Amino acid sequence: MLELASSNGIANTNEALAESPLAIRGLTVSYGQKPAVFSVDMTVQAGAMTAVIGPNGAGKSTMLKAALGIVKPLSGQVTAFGKPLEDQRARVAYVPQRASVDWDFPTRVIDVVLMGLYRELGLLGRLRGRHKAKAMDCLNRVGMRDFADRQIGQLSGGQQQRVFLARSLAQDADLYLLDEPFAGVDAATEKAIIAVLKSLKDAGKTVVVVHHDLATVTDYFDHVFLINTRKVAEGPVDVAFTAETLQAAYGGRLATAQIDQLSRAAG
Amino acid sequence: MLSDALLLQLGYNATLVAIGAALLGVSAGVTGTFLFLRKRALVSDAISHATLPGVCIAFMVMVALGGDGRNLIGLLLGSALSAWVGLLCLNWLTRHTRLAEDAAIGSVLSVFFGFGVVLLTVIQTMGVGRQAGLEGFLLGSTAGMLWADAMIIAVGGGATLLLILLLRRPMTLVSFDPEYAAARGLPVARIDLAMMGLVMAVTVVGLKIVGLILIVALLIIPPVTARFWTERSDRVVLLSGLAGGVSGFVGAAISASAPNLPTGPIIVLVSFALFALSMLLAPNRGVLAAILGHLRFQRRVHLRQGLLALAQGQPIYERLTLRLLSRAGFARADGVATELGRARAAKALRDEKRWEVVRADQSHEAAAALYDGLRDIETVLTKDQIVDIDRRIGGPQEVPA
Repeated sequence: MLELASSNGIANTNEALAESPLAIRGLTVSYGQKPAVFSVDMTVQAGAMTAVIGPNGAGKSTMLKAALGIVKPLSGQVTAFGKPLEDQRARVAYVPQRASVDWDFPTRVIDVVLMGLYRELGLLGRLRGRHKAKAMDCLNRVGMRDFADRQIGQLSGGQQQRVFLARSLAQDADLYLLDEPFAGVDAATEKAIIAVLKSLKDAGKTVVVVHHDLATVTDYFDHVFLINTRKVAEGPVDVAFTAETLQAAYGGRLATAQIDQLSRAAG
Repeated sequence: MLSDALLLQLGYNATLVAIGAALLGVSAGVTGTFLFLRKRALVSDAISHATLPGVCIAFMVMVALGGDGRNLIGLLLGSALSAWVGLLCLNWLTRHTRLAEDAAIGSVLSVFFGFGVVLLTVIQTMGVGRQAGLEGFLLGSTAGMLWADAMIIAVGGGATLLLILLLRRPMTLVSFDPEYAAARGLPVARIDLAMMGLVMAVTVVGLKIVGLILIVALLIIPPVTARFWTERSDRVVLLSGLAGGVSGFVGAAISASAPNLPTGPIIVLVSFALFALSMLLAPNRGVLAAILGHLRFQRRVHLRQGLLALAQGQPIYERLTLRLLSRAGFARADGVATELGRARAAKALRDEKRWEVVRADQSHEAAAALYDGLRDIETVLTKDQIVDIDRRIGGPQEVPA
């Protein structure tokens, strides 16, 4: 592991842990006998936009899912805002991969966004005008207002992704975790999503994105977390996103020329 | 006769059965919807078959204790217990072994049912004489239904519906997006178990009327029927309850209207009839609608292509296109455009350009998503928007409508 993190001000102190919107310690996840994520530490910088990058099958999504308790880790502790995640669920919003659901499910766009208000509504609370207004407002922020009454099966991939983003916005969280939001979406959607994420950051929220497009990392993000089963590097883009860290994470999978180009872009 | 039955004029037992079956149908339809949305419809088959050993063991225990082996509450408690064990086995197999759920369902279903049949045979050779009627749980038997039996169904069904009212939001969320539900802190495994517990309750309650082999039909067919009519999960739930209730009531009435018509199977057939009608006639997802829609679509494509060909002075070879053009008065039989045809062709060409602008403009995204190369642009944009687009295209603004 390259010890970049500690040299760049993200110290492993208790203070850093207490302040971090998401701190993961010693997380190991395994499907069967082979660990997908092995003893990973992550300290998400508050107010930053962090890209989680690594080759296919490096455990990016798995790490996120385990941190949220969607898959059960073998070991590890996770805190959010200095407290156990379980007490902070309302402040943590998650946007799953859009391929993880069946889009023929009988539901409309607005109903999906209303799922984001699940906690507010409770078990028996009545759906009121203000809930709908809020859902519409979230749809508006992702440019999907006009789609509110359409069946979700009629949406394109990019539009589905924006509906998922709108659902997470409805939650008014402080930490947003997105799993491959740019996978297989059109350019217009990518622009719309990144604009929303930047506005979240400007509002002081923290954003963590599982990302696969190395070419856009420096444009979109200010922090990176490189993983290949183990943590490879963590820190601000200009320090942690370099030729060495990329080489370490991707090994022979990236051509040297490609790495040079990327790290030049990273400055 | 049938009208008498439908109006509850066939006497005490028939009335009791009809009301009981309607209640059962509603609760099975509503409960089954969540199973269907969760894509675990067949789990109900495993659960229902797993009731049989419990029924038999309960009978033996009650006889051994010197009581009446046919006490319905006792039998139902036994069936619930063994269904629960079957459900836990199923969950364990899916979660902790490499068996996929379909294989696990097959194993649990056959083993529990097989064991139940063995016990049934043992009881028959016990020679107590009181055992008559246990086979009724296989396919249901309503002949000797009592007021108390109907009450059990009413109370059981009502309790299930109340629980569903309470759990409908978490169950819908878990059905649509279990990962998101888990991330929100919902106990997904427990909600799933609760869902299956409700299915078990309906199964147990329905043993008397429909029997364990056919109860699965009442859990699966109504939601599938309802799905044809709506795109909203809450309405699927309501329509499914309605379809189940109607099936139960009408089925029970039909079976009461003539001798020797078994109640459970007739209920299932009625519910299938509703399904078949829905499959054929439903407006958007139905088979007829799909065929008609395809034909209409084909015609619109031909007409549009024909108009564009006229506008660009290209020859038209396809006979269907020519026929449609001349029928609409756009062209003569030999393919030469009429006055009207030329005007409409120019409009079609203009619309193509307008659509190009709309599709390139992010602010028109919702309209652009409706683009199919066929639609008149006035149906998606306002006059002002079209004027604005025409200004952007430039060129002569006079386009006949």
